[in-house]
Amino acid sequence: MRFLFKTDYEDDIRLFPHSGYVVSYGVLLAILAIAPFVLSSYLVSQLVFVCIYATVGVGLMILTGFTGQASLGHAAFLAIGAYTAAYLQQFNVPFPVYFLAAGLLTGVVGALVGFPALRLQGIYLVIATISFAFIVEEVLARWESVTHGNEGMRVKTIQLLGTTVSRDSPGFYFLCLGFLILTILGTLNLLRSPTGRAFVAIRDSETAARSMGVNVSLYKVKSFAISAAITGFAGVLFAHKLSFISPEMFTLQLSIEFIIVILIGGTFSLHGAVLGAIFLVMIDPFLTYLKDDMPGIIAGIAATFGAGKDTAMRIKDSAAAIASANGLKGAIYGLIIVLFVLFEPLGLYGRWLKIKLFFQLFPLYKRATFKRQKIYVKSERNR
Amino acid sequence: MSYFRAEDLSLHFGGLKAVDSVSFAVEKGEILSIIGPNGAGKSSIFNLISRIYPPTSGKIFFEDQDITQQPPYEIAGLGIARTFQNIELFENATMLSNLLVGRHRHSTTQLWQELLFLPSVRAHEKAHRRRVEQVIEFLDLEAYRDKLISGLPYGVRKVIELARALCSEPKLILLDEPSSGLNVEETGDMSFWIRDLKTDLGVTVLMVEHDMSLVNRVSDRVIALNYGKVIAMGSPSEVQRHPDVVAAYLGA
Repeated sequence: MRFLFKTDYEDDIRLFPHSGYVVSYGVLLAILAIAPFVLSSYLVSQLVFVCIYATVGVGLMILTGFTGQASLGHAAFLAIGAYTAAYLQQFNVPFPVYFLAAGLLTGVVGALVGFPALRLQGIYLVIATISFAFIVEEVLARWESVTHGNEGMRVKTIQLLGTTVSRDSPGFYFLCLGFLILTILGTLNLLRSPTGRAFVAIRDSETAARSMGVNVSLYKVKSFAISAAITGFAGVLFAHKLSFISPEMFTLQLSIEFIIVILIGGTFSLHGAVLGAIFLVMIDPFLTYLKDDMPGIIAGIAATFGAGKDTAMRIKDSAAAIASANGLKGAIYGLIIVLFVLFEPLGLYGRWLKIKLFFQLFPLYKRATFKRQKIYVKSERNR
Repeated sequence: MSYFRAEDLSLHFGGLKAVDSVSFAVEKGEILSIIGPNGAGKSSIFNLISRIYPPTSGKIFFEDQDITQQPPYEIAGLGIARTFQNIELFENATMLSNLLVGRHRHSTTQLWQELLFLPSVRAHEKAHRRRVEQVIEFLDLEAYRDKLISGLPYGVRKVIELARALCSEPKLILLDEPSSGLNVEETGDMSFWIRDLKTDLGVTVLMVEHDMSLVNRVSDRVIALNYGKVIAMGSPSEVQRHPDVVAAYLGA
């Protein structure tokens, strides 16, 4: 186990507390840098989605994980970013300009959503953000002169510095990865400065934050704006990756996927956003695999246990029917959220911390280390 | 003119008069305690001063400035800090970041500077940290810097709340039952610190307290409330002997 001896205030400010961090993140970065030249194009494409989802996850983490304001409207922010890019592209606006414009516009919309949200808390805020998402979805479908309605819009490939960055090229992967890294660094900077601490203060006790001089309304709006802007930027990349966007891509289910990213990954940490994104992107091919291969495997198992040929076929058919049932994906997502909230409330990152501690303390690790205890019960809290 | 003044302050919840035209003044550098039975309106007065509730009527003055209409977050900016009866700390943050939130009213950095963590932000952070360390030393909290609040015992949290209030470098500090839930030894420490607030840091203290021994040890003056009204005012011993106070506590 490593013991850090702090000799300077700088030790509590720097991003990498000790050299071990530099080494491990350096190795990770090197692996990510060679990944597009080694992996198959399908896997690189999946990595791009991980980067985009992780970026949105970081944005949502700022709002939900650190400021404590739930949102089920982030698909709408993603849509606004994506559509701004697609719309501005028609006028031959260069990539850096519409990229920035999309992020800023989404940030402004986020701030506007933040204002009514000031008076709402918990489940009511969730409802308000869902309705915002529905409004945006509806606007995208109806405002045909700008969005082309349900026909959707084509998104041309990126022209950057005189070169074409196609959506499957390593260049596009590095663009997404680079933006994710920038977002994470910016967020970490924010969290170690007064604004980030004000966010956390609002999350834990609004009354106390206010009495310490935090303008709660202003900071909530700021949090909404920052979160939305990051999601808007990610929306541009998302649009380019898909090369075609239409309103039905930005539904409630997408917002729920973003919630899964931060819940599964682990709220309260940026690691969680990335781990959650990896989990979410991986689960889709896994579900497809289940759908295609599971019925056959189940039938095979039934056959080895002595089922007749007809029975095995019938079992296979019914398994296939279940696997291709409508809404199965949503049900599985719901189940995953429930199981995680019940058994691993700190998410994948929390599990990783426990594993790490196990090896650091071996053989002294106690299961009770992470048991949640009530030290005293709060009563009559000012809200 | 007095340093801090409440004039005809009232707070009504429907027909209930939680605070009923209370007037009092606090002189610069004194320790004034408010006592009274449960439900007398002590904490309500604090919540009026820190603007959690708007008063039904009346005015509050601080350094000859009317603060009755100030938004709550600006109260801290004026130099009035407070603690809470039931402890309102930021549970899932370390003690250090709790105390740094106390420095919030002194932070001047802009959002874009913070995103890039410019050298100016770094310098500010270190300056804040130095002030926080002074408070940590003052209140003997060295052992808890990186500990999460949710894992700390009640007595320590109570001190951390005082520390957080002190980090904002207040001129007037409102202590809402600083000794509630503390054992005898911790209460003793608390009484020394409250005296030190006055003598070493020159902070004016307004305090709500039930523990009469603590009130006697630290207060310069005492106000007794009952049913939202002031029933006695004066030195600790005077107020304790006042017939109305005896009646309020023991029944007539």
